[in-house]
Amino acid sequence: MRVVVAVKQIKVLGDEVEFVADGRDVDPDFLDRGLNEWDACATEEAIRLRERLGEVEVVVLTVGDRGSEAALRRCLAMGADRAIRVDAEPLDPISTARALAGAAAFESPDLVLTGVQSADSVQGSTGVALAELLGLPRVAVVTKLDWSGSGPATVSRELEGGLAEVVEVDTPAVLTIQTGINEPRYANLRAIKQAEQREIAIVDAEPGEPAYRIRRMFSPPRGAGAEILDGGPAEVARRILELVRERLA
Amino acid sequence: MSVLVVAEHLQGRVRGVTFELVTAARALGGTVAVAVIGPDALDVDREGVDEIVHVPVEQAEFENDVYQRALEALIAERQPEVVLLGFTVNSMGYAAAVAAKLGLGFASDVFAVARDGDSIRATRAFYGAKVHAELEFPPGKPVLLLLRPTAWPPAEDQGSATVAELDVGSVASRARHRGFQEVARGDVDITTADFLLSIGRGVGEQDNIAMLEELSEKLGATLAVSRPIVDAGWMPNARQVGQSGKTVKPKVYLAFGISGAVQHLAGMKGSETIIAVNTDPEAAIFDVAHYGAVADLFEVADELAKLV
Ligand SMILES: Cc1cc2nc3c(=O)[nH]c(=O)nc-3n(C[C@H](O)[C@H](O)[C@H](O)COP(=O)(O)OP(=O)(O)OC[C@H]3O[C@@H](n4cnc5c(N)ncnc54)[C@H](O)[C@@H]3O)c2cc1C
Ligand SMILES: Nc1ncnc2c1ncn2[C@@H]1O[C@H](COP(=O)(O)O)[C@@H](O)[C@H]1O
Repeated sequence: MRVVVAVKQIKVLGDEVEFVADGRDVDPDFLDRGLNEWDACATEEAIRLRERLGEVEVVVLTVGDRGSEAALRRCLAMGADRAIRVDAEPLDPISTARALAGAAAFESPDLVLTGVQSADSVQGSTGVALAELLGLPRVAVVTKLDWSGSGPATVSRELEGGLAEVVEVDTPAVLTIQTGINEPRYANLRAIKQAEQREIAIVDAEPGEPAYRIRRMFSPPRGAGAEILDGGPAEVARRILELVRERLA
Repeated sequence: MSVLVVAEHLQGRVRGVTFELVTAARALGGTVAVAVIGPDALDVDREGVDEIVHVPVEQAEFENDVYQRALEALIAERQPEVVLLGFTVNSMGYAAAVAAKLGLGFASDVFAVARDGDSIRATRAFYGAKVHAELEFPPGKPVLLLLRPTAWPPAEDQGSATVAELDVGSVASRARHRGFQEVARGDVDITTADFLLSIGRGVGEQDNIAMLEELSEKLGATLAVSRPIVDAGWMPNARQVGQSGKTVKPKVYLAFGISGAVQHLAGMKGSETIIAVNTDPEAAIFDVAHYGAVADLFEVADELAKLV
């Protein structure tokens, strides 16, 4: 049996920002990179399936540049069996899903897991677009997975406001995994070292036309923002207490 | 310009986001149709809605295959230029599938939309909501947008829409509703507190929580948390603020080490006074806070403890 997990190396903006010359993105010098939190949970869930069911191969798949291989290596260190990088630039969720679809279909997966969302762009869309391109049923925002390895799976889908739904889904299926479903394991140093040496398969794709283009990116207008309390922690604490007493009175 | 809105409903009740979508649709100008997918034509008639299209299906609750089939039929039949859905868990289950299948223009978590001649411009955030971006879409195709809940005020006045029906036959769902479960039960009701001290991942370790719990008691505040604190198992679900937790409107919301992700803001931005303490001056929480301190939460907590 095979489980494919789509994982993204996200970009994290620090406390300073500059934009590239055409104004359509942040200058990469201002961006750190790391494995998307939701995808660590998806990878963990796949590894746990293997631990429960035995003969399961966990294949992690990403779309991105060479730098995004770090996400794959982290998943390998966690225990994924194999890694594939689709050499394309992820622009929007729909064309990213197209880039993922070919490699995912080639693996004939019994289950495909993605994260609910990527923290750097909060699209919440790539997994479900991928399901459509693979012709598979899907459930979004899964907080519990109950599956014997064949036949329908029973999953919990998290709704708004503290409500969950129980859904029975035919397999193969695409599930988008929500944080809290598990606590992703840490890889030990040896596993991390070993993952550095592992081979990553690289494939091409034709992502096609993106579903949107960015015209310009900008820092949000801050005028309406907060009144800044400063003067050191003691003064900040004094002002907070003053405000609290005033507002609660 | 013709705009199609898909109503959202749960357990027989229309959800508020539907009427926010109506407001956004109206602002684009042109005709507005609202689709209701379900056994009954629920009341979604608001001023500015021209047509209600009921798509009768046997499934009372949301199932993504049903909604996908219905939306594809609606797009083929009504040929809308713009389709508006809420950026909700239900929409996340099928909207991107429709966009991928039909090759539509598409964006999610959109909080501003404007018309520019014949084309649509949408605004959304990137990189931890620290920057915004204006998007454009491929010409000559419908654009499907998932709008951020609470970004538009709900349409309120009664309308006088015509009602039509669109038949899509019966849909065999591959992912079937089996029941609901309430998850957020617990020790306190954070929705009735006047003063919440809310802590996020900035607290770093579980061991730091006891001291903040103590501080909240001293201050007369109720302790609330962001989602990662619940995910880690450090605090029960009932204390979580946000989209998948509770919506709160206290007199004072004091946020310690919370970045201000969209799903967190959804649950607290209606608070009367928001005070945020965060070491990152670019944190999105400062966009909704009334007062902000760029400071270490532990240093501020220590000083607060000395004062009470
Ligand atoms: C479907 C869905 C539903 C969700 N529902 C919810 C929900 O209901 N509620 C919710 O909260 N989230 C929800 N989320 C998760 C949400 O997207 C964010 O991941 C989450 O809100 C982040 O929590 P945080 O701000 O505590 O953590 P982070 O984003 O990690 O932020 C931590 C902050 O602490 C600051 N910090 C670090 N150290 C210090 C220090 N010493 N002093 C001061 N500041 C410090 C950092 O600068 C940072 O801004 C949901 C996500 C999805 C996909
Ligand atoms: N570039 C990518 N490579 C691989 N998977 C991705 C990529 N972008 C998004 N995904 C997957 O899609 C999920 C949802 O991301 P998004 O739709 O961008 O919010 C992520 O958690 C990943 O599982």
